[in-house]
Amino acid sequence: MKNIPISAMIGLFFTGLYFLMAIFAPLLAPYGMAEIVGDVWEPSSSQFLLGTDSIGRDLLSRMIYGGRTTIFIATAATVLSFTLGSVLGFFAAVSGGWVDQAISRFVDLIMSIPSLIFALVVLSVMPTTVPILILLMGLLDSTRVFRLARAVAVDITVMDYVEAARLRGEKIGWIIFRETLPNALSPLVAEMGLRFIFAVLFVSTLSFLGLGVQPPQADWGGIVKENKEGINYGIQAALYPAYAIATLCISINLVADWILTRTTSLKGGRG
Amino acid sequence: MLMHPVLKLIAQRLALGLLLLFAASVLIFVGTSILPGDVAQSILGQSATPEALANMRRELGLNDPAVTRYFAWLGGVLQGDLGTALTNGRDIADSLGGRLKNTLFLAFWAAAISVPLAISLGLLAVRYKDRWPDKLISAVTLTTISIPEFMIGYILIYWVAIKWRLFPSVAIINDSMSLGEKLNAIAIPVMVLTLVVLAHMMRMTRAAILNVMQSAYIETAELKGLGMLKIIRKHAFPNAIAPIVNVVMLNLAYLVVGVVVVEVVFAYPGMGQYLVDHVSKRDVPVVQASGLIFAAVYIGLNLVADIVSILANPRLRHPK
Amino acid sequence: MTEPLLKVRGLKIGATAYPPGERPVAIKIVHGVDFELEAGKVLGLIGESGAGKSTIGLAAMAYGRGGVEITGGEGWVNGRDILKERLRSIRRLRGAEVTYVSQSAAASFNPAKKIMDQVTEAAIYQNKFSKAEAEDRAVELFRKLGLPDPETIGNRYPHQVSGGQLQRCMTALALCPEPDLVVFDEPTTALDVTTQIDVLAAIKEAIAATGVAALYITHDLAVVAQVSDHIMVLQQGEMVEYGTTDQIINNPQEEYTKALVSVRSIRHEEKTPTDTPVLRVENITARYAGTTFDVLKKINVDIHPGQTLAVVGESGSGKSTLARVITGLLPPTDGQITFDGRVLAPALSSRPIDDLREMQMIYQMADTAMNPRQTVGTIIGRPLEFYFGLKGKAKQKRIQELLDEIELGDGFQDRYPAELSGGQKQRVCIARALAAKPKLIICDEVTSALDPLVADGILKLLLNLQKIEDVAYLFITHDLATVRAIADSIAVMYQGEVVRYGPKSQVLSPPFDDYTDLLLSSVPEMKIGWLEETIEHRRMESAGN
Repeated sequence: MKNIPISAMIGLFFTGLYFLMAIFAPLLAPYGMAEIVGDVWEPSSSQFLLGTDSIGRDLLSRMIYGGRTTIFIATAATVLSFTLGSVLGFFAAVSGGWVDQAISRFVDLIMSIPSLIFALVVLSVMPTTVPILILLMGLLDSTRVFRLARAVAVDITVMDYVEAARLRGEKIGWIIFRETLPNALSPLVAEMGLRFIFAVLFVSTLSFLGLGVQPPQADWGGIVKENKEGINYGIQAALYPAYAIATLCISINLVADWILTRTTSLKGGRG
Repeated sequence: MLMHPVLKLIAQRLALGLLLLFAASVLIFVGTSILPGDVAQSILGQSATPEALANMRRELGLNDPAVTRYFAWLGGVLQGDLGTALTNGRDIADSLGGRLKNTLFLAFWAAAISVPLAISLGLLAVRYKDRWPDKLISAVTLTTISIPEFMIGYILIYWVAIKWRLFPSVAIINDSMSLGEKLNAIAIPVMVLTLVVLAHMMRMTRAAILNVMQSAYIETAELKGLGMLKIIRKHAFPNAIAPIVNVVMLNLAYLVVGVVVVEVVFAYPGMGQYLVDHVSKRDVPVVQASGLIFAAVYIGLNLVADIVSILANPRLRHPK
Repeated sequence: MTEPLLKVRGLKIGATAYPPGERPVAIKIVHGVDFELEAGKVLGLIGESGAGKSTIGLAAMAYGRGGVEITGGEGWVNGRDILKERLRSIRRLRGAEVTYVSQSAAASFNPAKKIMDQVTEAAIYQNKFSKAEAEDRAVELFRKLGLPDPETIGNRYPHQVSGGQLQRCMTALALCPEPDLVVFDEPTTALDVTTQIDVLAAIKEAIAATGVAALYITHDLAVVAQVSDHIMVLQQGEMVEYGTTDQIINNPQEEYTKALVSVRSIRHEEKTPTDTPVLRVENITARYAGTTFDVLKKINVDIHPGQTLAVVGESGSGKSTLARVITGLLPPTDGQITFDGRVLAPALSSRPIDDLREMQMIYQMADTAMNPRQTVGTIIGRPLEFYFGLKGKAKQKRIQELLDEIELGDGFQDRYPAELSGGQKQRVCIARALAAKPKLIICDEVTSALDPLVADGILKLLLNLQKIEDVAYLFITHDLATVRAIADSIAVMYQGEVVRYGPKSQVLSPPFDDYTDLLLSSVPEMKIGWLEETIEHRRMESAGN
């Protein structure tokens, strides 16, 4: 674990920071999430570090709680999409034949409709609650994880060492967990970072459109929606979530990049 | 007579595209009809009496089996009848027409700027591979990929419209405006869309060109003593068209989705805003119709990308 | 005395490697090489992979592939030092005075353009000939190189002609601008042996007819002995020996050269077949799912305990498919296989564990045959644990015994495959197979990816192990020299059928069937004049018919 490049260090630092802030939000936030404590759009001061929002709530507190919501939903959706996508992907690759065909063609179909459009269509009849959002995002995104996991697994299962294991008479458990998975892990973990970023952007977009997290609950996309009118008066309140999302996503990108290169260097070895 | 293999392949792809579109329509219909949500309840709200709900269901034809309703809907769509909106009783096809035109207008200008820009930047990044222009370009694209479309929108509104007062912050256009006025109105949305697709398109173009430039036949050309420009023009370009067109098509498809959010940010009277508006009003027929149109455009662009790669493949064009 | 066409002095070539996440490292590829080449002569550059021979060849065009850079020395072509020149004047040299033939014509031709346009491009661009003249010249070269339909073949696209034909087109491409020097970079290595001889003869005739000088780069000394006047032997970027072809082949001075010349001279006494074969293949017919074509047609062969059956054939002959059928990866459509007295189930999944244990496999690419995430100890230890339930100390001890048997010794247990050389990797794969105490090991082209001297070492090891362990080998290969070295019996395969089968001495002595004759006579011999003799012999025979 030595020799972590600077960019990955920065990435790890900020990622850790955001997650800690999400976990300890109630301890860190100076005011309550929905507590009206001041005037509308007060400028930043020692009392309100980032000023107040469109109805006089402390913006810093809303940002911290909002981050908690956004990160929680994105994490849950990623875990779901990842588990489902990679299990199905491995299953399809190792089974082959019609099982593989059926799952793959169905995934093609889901992916033929853009995720956002699909989500909007479903949300027109479903109530917008947090569990439904997580489920919807997780399921839609699992198609992408499926494709990657399947491709990686197919690449590995045609390797001679997997054939050697099958000729030895090894059971499917050994082949998946001892021969395939250790070699598939790094691209999958890197992909997990990208999926998480996508989930953050997706839930923020839905909330911004008014179809995600519902007020008074705070989340980063919602904060933009609540404060967008302020922009016309030169008030930056709606831009803070943008900075937060950008730093979080870039940090995770940097970490994912590092994990990927670390893998290739291991594979390359001396040859 | 035997069909040329390329024509056969293209016919296959077209048939596959139609099949996919059909399957997508089923999926959209299923997504809005069979899921546990109840349209009648959504329209009338939680306090509706059971009688009112039953009436509403009958009115909407919700008591028919789903298959019957699906084919009734599909039959209408195929004849250009998209149904009527629940919220205002207006014909959906009428409302969609003008909005689709506006959306295409916006997407066209975004594409007209972003495609040449992305390809040139991609070439530039290849030309200065691993040097500072390449690194700068990838750093900037990494940043734009990491911010959602609507936030890029507000950041640009904040600086370009409010602070510098260069262009208007809302993009309202109508038929009485001249082209110049329209372009002025959509300047910032076009910038946003350009930034959104530029990053992806540039990265993919860079990868596609690098892939071609690392081929052995490029080395052969270099060892013939050909100059760089001639190599690019005569050897790299014919092989790079297909991957680049592919990149462009995939990103235009991506752009279509970006349009939805950007239209909401700028209150632009297009398809996207129409769709989002009616999702919140739970106006299912409108959502189905616009969802289907978005899916059709998306599938169509992907199909074009497929067909171009078939056409550009010399192995398929000149079979043994 | 006239100035030589090409004069190289103190040539130094280096490259920069970029290990991910680490600082770039400078590597030396060629450490100061001197040689010269007179007009109209052919110099062979020979060496194993990593010897820097291709790099030197490209330096004659002042070209460095990838990150390769010429770091020092002089390279005089036609009286001017091209290594000191600017790119603009080097471009007038490339494709005009010096041209290049690569190993893979399939990759080196632009798939989107017609062959004729590519063959004449340099000649026209460099103002050597007009378009019409260049095309006439190309047709003339196509004819000289023995291509079919020389008038019209240029109108085809690269994928529309065969690999051997495309390699000849590449030679035409190099000769079309009437250069002074052609660099041939392993031009026949990727071809099947029966195709190689034709292309080699065509290249040799074209060189003679045009009077061009050539640098001929290859790893195969027998090939280079047929075409060159002088030979330079390279090892790890340094010159080992330089001399006339006659002197290098018949009177090598350096140890390394001697080893190269005498490679594959392993003597192996043929054993007599026993009454009970360990493996009997009867009437095996097989096809891949979804195809309508039998890749194997009624195959019958026996392997006797402790002996070696070599299955020899060119690409597409079905020899690797036979291995897949025997191991159960591809159940046959007809026929049966008897192993150690019992009939084997057709599919792998229904075979009992002892059947699997007693039949092991070694692959061509040792790189992909070992899991990169497992140590050598784990790789060899797994069969011990899996088949014999060995654990802890006992397992460690057995692993070390196996490592000693494959001549690797201490300190290898904790290494990863990436930390081993090509030969070491293949040895570990052998140890993994031996760990199961098999009765039969299937060896699929196990030496093809290795350099000749390393391959020799592996063959000797396999023969030695056969004596100790009394294991039988099914040895699949395209290389007849390997077959001679280790086989007891031989099956020659052609288009899915066994065309000749029997004890080695019988298979390798006349009278031959047509295909075996063609195959045997196409293998280059380490003898000057072999190419002409063989071609002449074939001409006489076809004239006689």
